[in-house]
Amino acid sequence: MLQLLVGTDIPFMRYRRFAYVFSGVIVAATLVWFFAKGPRYSVDFTGGTLLQLRTSEVVHADKMRDALEAEGIQAELQQMTGDNPNEYLLRFRTQGDPVALVQNAITKHLPGVTMELRGNQTVGPKVGSDLRQKAIMAILTSLGAILLYVGIRYEFKFALGGVAALFHDVLVTLGCLMFTGREVSLTVVAALLTIAGYSINDTIVVFDRIRERAKALRKEKHSRVMDMAVNETLSRTVITAFTVFLAALALFIWGGDVLRDFSFAMLVGVVFGTYSSVFVASAMALDIWIALDRRKGVSAE
Amino acid sequence: MSRTDQGKLLGVILVTLLSFWLLYPSYQYYAMTPAQRQAMEPAKLAKVRKRAIHLGLDLQGGLQLLLEVDKSRLSPAEAKDAVERAREIINNRIDQFGVAEPLIQIEGEDRIAVQLPGLTDRARAIELIGKTALLEFKLVRTAEEEKTLFQRLDSWLAARHLAVPGLDTSLANTPFTGLMIDNGFFRKEDAPTVQRLLATPGIDSLIPTDTELLWGEEDQASRGMTGRALYVLKKQAELTGGSVASATADVGIEQTNPSAWGVRMKMTPKGRADFARVTGNNVNRQLAIILDGVVQSAPRIIDRIPSGEATISGSFDANTAKDLAIVLRAGSLPAPVHALEERTVGPSLGSDSIHEGLTAGIIGTVMVVVFMAIYYQVSGIVAIAALALNLLYLVAAMAYFGATLTLPGIAGIVLTVGMAVDTNVLIFERIREELRHGRSIHESVRLGYDRAFRTIFDAHTTTLISALFLFQFGTGPIKGFAVTLSIGLLANLFTAVVFTRMIYDFWLGRGKVERLSI
Repeated sequence: MLQLLVGTDIPFMRYRRFAYVFSGVIVAATLVWFFAKGPRYSVDFTGGTLLQLRTSEVVHADKMRDALEAEGIQAELQQMTGDNPNEYLLRFRTQGDPVALVQNAITKHLPGVTMELRGNQTVGPKVGSDLRQKAIMAILTSLGAILLYVGIRYEFKFALGGVAALFHDVLVTLGCLMFTGREVSLTVVAALLTIAGYSINDTIVVFDRIRERAKALRKEKHSRVMDMAVNETLSRTVITAFTVFLAALALFIWGGDVLRDFSFAMLVGVVFGTYSSVFVASAMALDIWIALDRRKGVSAE
Repeated sequence: MSRTDQGKLLGVILVTLLSFWLLYPSYQYYAMTPAQRQAMEPAKLAKVRKRAIHLGLDLQGGLQLLLEVDKSRLSPAEAKDAVERAREIINNRIDQFGVAEPLIQIEGEDRIAVQLPGLTDRARAIELIGKTALLEFKLVRTAEEEKTLFQRLDSWLAARHLAVPGLDTSLANTPFTGLMIDNGFFRKEDAPTVQRLLATPGIDSLIPTDTELLWGEEDQASRGMTGRALYVLKKQAELTGGSVASATADVGIEQTNPSAWGVRMKMTPKGRADFARVTGNNVNRQLAIILDGVVQSAPRIIDRIPSGEATISGSFDANTAKDLAIVLRAGSLPAPVHALEERTVGPSLGSDSIHEGLTAGIIGTVMVVVFMAIYYQVSGIVAIAALALNLLYLVAAMAYFGATLTLPGIAGIVLTVGMAVDTNVLIFERIREELRHGRSIHESVRLGYDRAFRTIFDAHTTTLISALFLFQFGTGPIKGFAVTLSIGLLANLFTAVVFTRMIYDFWLGRGKVERLSI
């Protein structure tokens, strides 16, 4: 029988202060960045055009930019690297038909080059703000529903810990997306919501065990109960996350550009979701547990 | 084998057979080459396609438009069913254009979502859908009436010193007609100036209320110059597109240009009578044919036309003439529409996405499968069998519900692979734990399933909650993701819990098992 991480006795709860600082710094940085600078939103939310082009021959980005500017298109141009240097991403805004404009610029200023339209996403300002609102509503309502479920199913201290971990995971993932300059699009929001639903999974595994242990080990210190529960469930916490990690990794590497930001978010979410079930959810539940005891005048620590 | 086990086995076999049956049309459809599809009877092909899994626009390529119907100029009565009428007309146009499985739906108050899968000629489709196609026949004012109006415009503009400065001194006195190179004809480069002059506040008072000025098409030729004609018309239309019964594109409509394309129209009985009356009463006058506020042509009426036949000529090619014929047959939109959102996926991007999604899916699955087999050995194989069934049921359920597979949907399936085995990981780890505590194999398996179930249930519920909200919020592709994730998780409860439990029951029921491979 192949076994990993069985019979460990790591005093996780002793390190929880470090984890608080670590998580606190990342969450704070995310919030500061979010409110000061904001993430890069995709055309889904800002409105505008995202064109994907393929040209018959490789054109240097500068030449392409010149051709577009000659026709008054101020586009943010991104040339693909690797196997497809003849593919470009263009982001811009226009009143007219974006495809016709670009087609015209290429025909006029890049003789002999033909273009193939790979994709066009043009979102009007109205739809952009609609989608923005819908995305925010979807995130808030689904977080709310998960909170409600966890709140009904678990005691106050666990629910609060789980909630903290949930927000932590979503925020840290958003932070990692922003720090790496990735775009927040509809699919990325889908990833954030999935992470919200999934991140609580690991937490539930640990919580169930804590509850089980707490009944049996009334005499033990709370932190000891927690550590035992976390150690006992460590292998399954890590393995369940690992299998999802493998799936997300395959998507990240082989799933193509369209899914790259989505799978990146899933990867980050899975890793931090695992970390947070121990160091945020359980750790906070422990501190709340201790605080509640103190108020009652008993101390198990 | 106990009775309940027999029942379970029967259940698994039945669901599996049902899944294969549900998936057969998908296999049939996607295994066919394009040539085979062509050869098949259309009705039969449509039936197969309907029952096969649909690919989203992001995978098969196509065009998705979100249109807004501009009701601002309609009366409340007209506005009431304007969106529904617009949807029907767009539906008709697309039908005639020939796109397989279009989807045209009303969204919210005044929006229409259009999906055209597999479409390649994007610009043409947008033109066809978005054209208001308001056809009107209006009488052109007589030369004297026109001259009087132009002179009044001249003196009014001159009095206000609104002439274009410089160039020509005569322009100061005749700021309007001075720009003309022919009667009512302006050079291409002067047309914007004329437009600006005509937009001068207060100028409306000079134009009689029963008269209007409309431009002809851009880039017309006259006296060897390209330019644009301005027509003075009777405001009240004599006939509209409603009088048109049929329209066909044809060549040779203009005698002077036999290779040019145009559209021939046949009127309804009522239209025919009206047309005969109008032409009979106005012999020698010009009748302008106006499409969406632009004069296409203004032929002179030579004689009464009793046949109810009319033609539209102008700058058409085969495609634009055919499309105009389509929109004239389908009718004009009750109000202008404009695109709020467009998403086009070219065929090459679509097939790349399918390829990449499949590659990622296969590699991801292989990695998970290899890990499970190494880590849990025979039990791992059981979990893999459960995973295979899980995926089978997931895809079959999608076919049954007519769900659409999108690229994020493929991502959802790949993630389902990772999450599906988690259920078995939780059970197996629990069984191992019970074994370590020295319980018997039977007892460990029983406890493992019982004790892990609560955790599994909670975990699935929270993920389903977020998938549910995702579905509510999502646009096409995202909905596809929410669907695959939800169905995958639901199927997982059956395969990873019921099915694997059954396998253990057979395995352990066959006699004394010394060691559990887990």
